[in-house]
Amino acid sequence: VIRALLDWIDDRTGAVSAVKDFFDEEIPASAGWHQVFGSVALFLLTVQFLTGVLLAVNYAPQPETAYYSLQYIVNEVTAGRLMRGLHHWGATVMIVIVVLHMVQAAIWGAYKKPREMTWVAGVLLLLLTMAFGLTGYLLPWDNKAYWATVVTLQISALPPVAGDLTLRVLGSEEGTVGAATFARFYTLHTVVLPAITAALAVFHVALVRRHGVAPQPGDESKPKKKFYPGQVFKDTAAVFAVFVVLFALAAFVEAPLGQIADPNDTAFVPRPEWYFLFLFQILKFFEGSLEIVGAVVLPTLAVLALAALPFIDRSRFQRVGERLTAMAIVAVAGLVWGVLTWAAVVTTPDQAEGPGGGDWARLTPAQLAGGLHFTERNCDSCHNVVSGEPKAGPTLALVIGARQSADWVAGHIAEHGGAPRNVREALITFAAEITPERGLWLAEAPDFGLQGAAIYEKNNCGMCHVVNGAGENLGPPLNGVGGRRDPAWLAGHFRDPQAFVPESTMPPYPFDDDEMESDRRLYDGPAVKTAYLRGALRIQPPPITTSPS
Amino acid sequence: MYLMGGLVGIGLTLPALAYLLLPSKKAGRSVWTDAGKLDAIPDTEPTQLVVLREKADGWSKSFEPTSVWVVREGADVTAFSPQCPHLGCGYRWVDDQEHFLCPCHDSTFSIEGEVLTGPSPRALDRYDVRVEGDRLWLGQVRKSSEV
Repeated sequence: VIRALLDWIDDRTGAVSAVKDFFDEEIPASAGWHQVFGSVALFLLTVQFLTGVLLAVNYAPQPETAYYSLQYIVNEVTAGRLMRGLHHWGATVMIVIVVLHMVQAAIWGAYKKPREMTWVAGVLLLLLTMAFGLTGYLLPWDNKAYWATVVTLQISALPPVAGDLTLRVLGSEEGTVGAATFARFYTLHTVVLPAITAALAVFHVALVRRHGVAPQPGDESKPKKKFYPGQVFKDTAAVFAVFVVLFALAAFVEAPLGQIADPNDTAFVPRPEWYFLFLFQILKFFEGSLEIVGAVVLPTLAVLALAALPFIDRSRFQRVGERLTAMAIVAVAGLVWGVLTWAAVVTTPDQAEGPGGGDWARLTPAQLAGGLHFTERNCDSCHNVVSGEPKAGPTLALVIGARQSADWVAGHIAEHGGAPRNVREALITFAAEITPERGLWLAEAPDFGLQGAAIYEKNNCGMCHVVNGAGENLGPPLNGVGGRRDPAWLAGHFRDPQAFVPESTMPPYPFDDDEMESDRRLYDGPAVKTAYLRGALRIQPPPITTSPS
Repeated sequence: MYLMGGLVGIGLTLPALAYLLLPSKKAGRSVWTDAGKLDAIPDTEPTQLVVLREKADGWSKSFEPTSVWVVREGADVTAFSPQCPHLGCGYRWVDDQEHFLCPCHDSTFSIEGEVLTGPSPRALDRYDVRVEGDRLWLGQVRKSSEV
């Protein structure tokens, strides 16, 4: 019955004999383990497609939501961390395998006539693989993603005329990354590149079938082998080995996800993915107007030379051992690549990530400080802010209808043991201004943000400065000051403002070393106070919305 | 060869199925919602409350007004889910006839939530309730058929 069914299908579609032909293809006697990389690359492409689609069903491709949806995938979706791991590490393993595949083809001379176009298609596939890496790098929308993409855009803006056009196609004005750029990178990564890659991969494989696996000198005198079972076994074994490695990486090495992208975090040192580090390192050798040489001219020449290899080396097939020139070129290219990558790695500073943005930084200092005192004064034994286990007092953010007056809250605090003036005032502001949305933001606030805000409130900085729209406008507004001044400037300015700004009327704030230095290790040097300035204050004020009168 | 191929297939398919089909892990958030003071609810008179309930919809977390029917007898509180168990319409309390009426398909329910007439397959679904101090807290909704 099965025989009859297969015959019917074959008669109507030709599928069965196509599969049979596929496995029965004749391959040269010299074929063996060195030819497994193509199959492995094809397998990895399938893995990337599969895991990519699965990630997309839980991913919200917008700058506002992308980071949070990825956090959701990693922390809440069953097997989500594994999926992201497979996709993330799959990209790395893919690059390794594709390069090995090309090195093998180069050493064995598999690009020679009549296989020149197979090689050119392969070079294009390598570029596509790198384009996948470049566009996919932005999608987690963490600091690394954001800043690496800024650099990418700045580089693509370098060529005259073409640079402007490229930027426009990528939806960027002046090389910044916004919603339009994000949408275009996402579309490239999930629609355009997969379609082109799939088509080109089919073309590449079709060419391999058309011309057959490249023979070696001496093959003509030996009987040919069939693809099945010998080579199929070798290919399967290689796929299996690579998959075991990939699965182990995905399961045991967490794919990095830093802090949410913060366009004002000027302290962040962006680095590209490892396989772009050599390009990054090249850029350091070219200064000023020569930059375009390192960023655009050299890489373009390298790609053209790579694609032109079959047309440059047109000699007949030779044994591997007799092609010393080709070997030497491959070895030198590998060495240069290795040295550049190594140099980039050792010059990358260890960086504890900066304070980072996030919605918590949209809260005013009083709201943040109030949130801190709320916990420290044990208000949370009777009240929740937004959610939590049932408690005897009302949930502050969910009080529907009239809130209690400031006087009532002051009295309520007095009944429960009282508090110093600045604590009381922060708590009153907190009780008056907390909303469910702000409550969720507060839950994300890091400790240094809360502590810094408490110091800010205790010293009445808001008497002269505005942060997030709260405070008096006597001194300069502080939003973004962390991006304008470095930690040493800020720390020195607190001790002696006039030494830095002679006309300043600000009194000195001699914060003790503890306050100034307490969490140096955690936050890259800044004191609690400056951490708040560098973190929360770095955030631009939210747009002012005017209600219709 | 087949073994290795099969293992790779399983290694990809099983996580994919788990990813798509298994429910997501809740990130350890409390399901309890503050529904206000108990004595704000009239005794033995079905009352519709609107509470702000945390809604975790995938990656987006928000607080949405959710309505709930509450019946209090002294300190004893029952809280009904605001949707008719039949097809999910909103129902209301008809004062002079002393029953809940779903206007979609005319199911009626007693003050205890039992089906009186109509197509509803089961009694009104209820929230878990807890009283802490003098406040009412609402937990998860439980299907009346599962209680």
